[in-house]
Amino acid sequence: MTPAIKIEQIHKHFGTLHALKGIDLTIEQGEFFALLGPNGAGKSTLINLLAGLLRPSSGKLSVMGFDVVQQYRQARHALGVVPQELVFDPFFNVREMLRFQAGYFGRGTENDPWIDEVIEALGLADKATTNMRRLSGGMKRRALIAQALAHKPPVLVLDEPTAGVDVELRQILWEFIKRLNREGHTIILTTHYLEEAETLCSRVAMMKQGEIVVLDSTANLLNHFPGKNLRLKLGSALPQSLSAMLRNEENGEYMLALSEVTQVEYVLAELRSANVVVEDMQLIEADLEDVFVELVGRK
Amino acid sequence: MNLISNSMRGPWTLFKKELLRFWRVSFQTVAAPVMTALLYLLVFSHVLESRVQVHGVNYTSFLIPGLIMMSVLQNAFANSSSSLIQSKVMGNIIFVLLTPISYLEFFLAFLASSIVRGLVVGLGIYLVAIIFIDLPMVHPWLILAFAVLGSALLGAFGIIAGIWADKFDQMAAFQNFIIMPLSFLSGVFYSIHSLPPFWQAVSQLNPFFYMIDGFRYGFLGVGDISPAISLSVVGASFFGLSLITLRMLKTGYKLRG
Repeated sequence: MTPAIKIEQIHKHFGTLHALKGIDLTIEQGEFFALLGPNGAGKSTLINLLAGLLRPSSGKLSVMGFDVVQQYRQARHALGVVPQELVFDPFFNVREMLRFQAGYFGRGTENDPWIDEVIEALGLADKATTNMRRLSGGMKRRALIAQALAHKPPVLVLDEPTAGVDVELRQILWEFIKRLNREGHTIILTTHYLEEAETLCSRVAMMKQGEIVVLDSTANLLNHFPGKNLRLKLGSALPQSLSAMLRNEENGEYMLALSEVTQVEYVLAELRSANVVVEDMQLIEADLEDVFVELVGRK
Repeated sequence: MNLISNSMRGPWTLFKKELLRFWRVSFQTVAAPVMTALLYLLVFSHVLESRVQVHGVNYTSFLIPGLIMMSVLQNAFANSSSSLIQSKVMGNIIFVLLTPISYLEFFLAFLASSIVRGLVVGLGIYLVAIIFIDLPMVHPWLILAFAVLGSALLGAFGIIAGIWADKFDQMAAFQNFIIMPLSFLSGVFYSIHSLPPFWQAVSQLNPFFYMIDGFRYGFLGVGDISPAISLSVVGASFFGLSLITLRMLKTGYKLRG
């Protein structure tokens, strides 16, 4: 089967900055894929290259088998992009914007039932005739997702779709995106909320300084990272002998990183010998955030 | 029945959206320029009507075609330039850049909407003006040709300005330091034969002069130079400017990095 996305040896230079350094990546149809990385890692640059908003310095990108430069019309038909910024056209209402967006892709009134469906599914029905300017931030975010879907693309790219979005809306958005994925859409997500990527995505690429440093299934990454975290609430300060294990300290609670569970005994022994009282203790499984910090931080 | 084929629906939608965009604020984009032109007409014709004749016609009849064409040109420029700069500053230009619309289709959609706005404003001024003044129309096809070609030329110029400018004040500089001087010094209010020889020569370097004079010739049957020369200069200018605009769009200058 043709991959949804195929990226081969992509380099991108902005003047002297080498923003992408030979990215290779294949995303199969139907995948729910996460593209993670710190700010400036090159995630948005890669998405903009896929969308044709930027041109590669060298290398090839294709969407559903169509080269994004040579066969840009077919490639763009196959791709919907939800941009990171809350951009909108202040002259039109939600339904008009969606109709225009579908029209740009050659779709006419026969597409209206799909637009109605998207409006309904994203909870925009009572705002369909409201001017984009008058929508709240959350509603604008929904409208952006609806716009990316207006032409029914098989591949959907969401660039930080839940940035600044409240919990309730986040749940609505993810239910809808999961439904699209079940219906066969390929979803590519960038997010800073790593728990979202862990819950939703079957495969993860982690980027750093223009390179993919980790590419694996979410399950593999979590399995191959046996570490755990120990959260402690102490009666006094953490002994110096344990400071090397300290991951963070917040409101008098210490989070220690354990490479294996047997280290709990060592921690407790050190606390006892320093006469530090343990008020509360919790052993926590490593999550994608730990994997991210460990792998991306190290590499 | 679909009158527009699927392949043409993209640029057609962009054209429709651009039309609707200026029509939504028609008080500002149509009514205001009509009002401004009529105020010019009122003031200048009141002051000069009894004292000045140009090419053997009374001053008001001389002035109206020039005022109409000046407004046509200024509004055609404003349409494409303001739409692009707003979309760039607000970021919603990406909604068009993400689509399969080609650079040529993009150009044609913006150009067509600029022509329509120029013609709508021009028609508005004409319809109000003829309530008060009996204006001849000697060569209607020339009027239409100059109006369409002139607004197309300024529409293309507006696309260039809209792509080039990154901020509203850069656009305002474009408008105030290029478009306004060129349109005011083009013979809207006077015949260039009333100028000293040096300024006559300078005026002939101004493409606005040919658009105004050719358009006026269509109404009055008289002008400063032959309409064939004017039409050639305007056509060549449009061709040259279109090539520059298409080159900018094709390379993605300031639109696609």
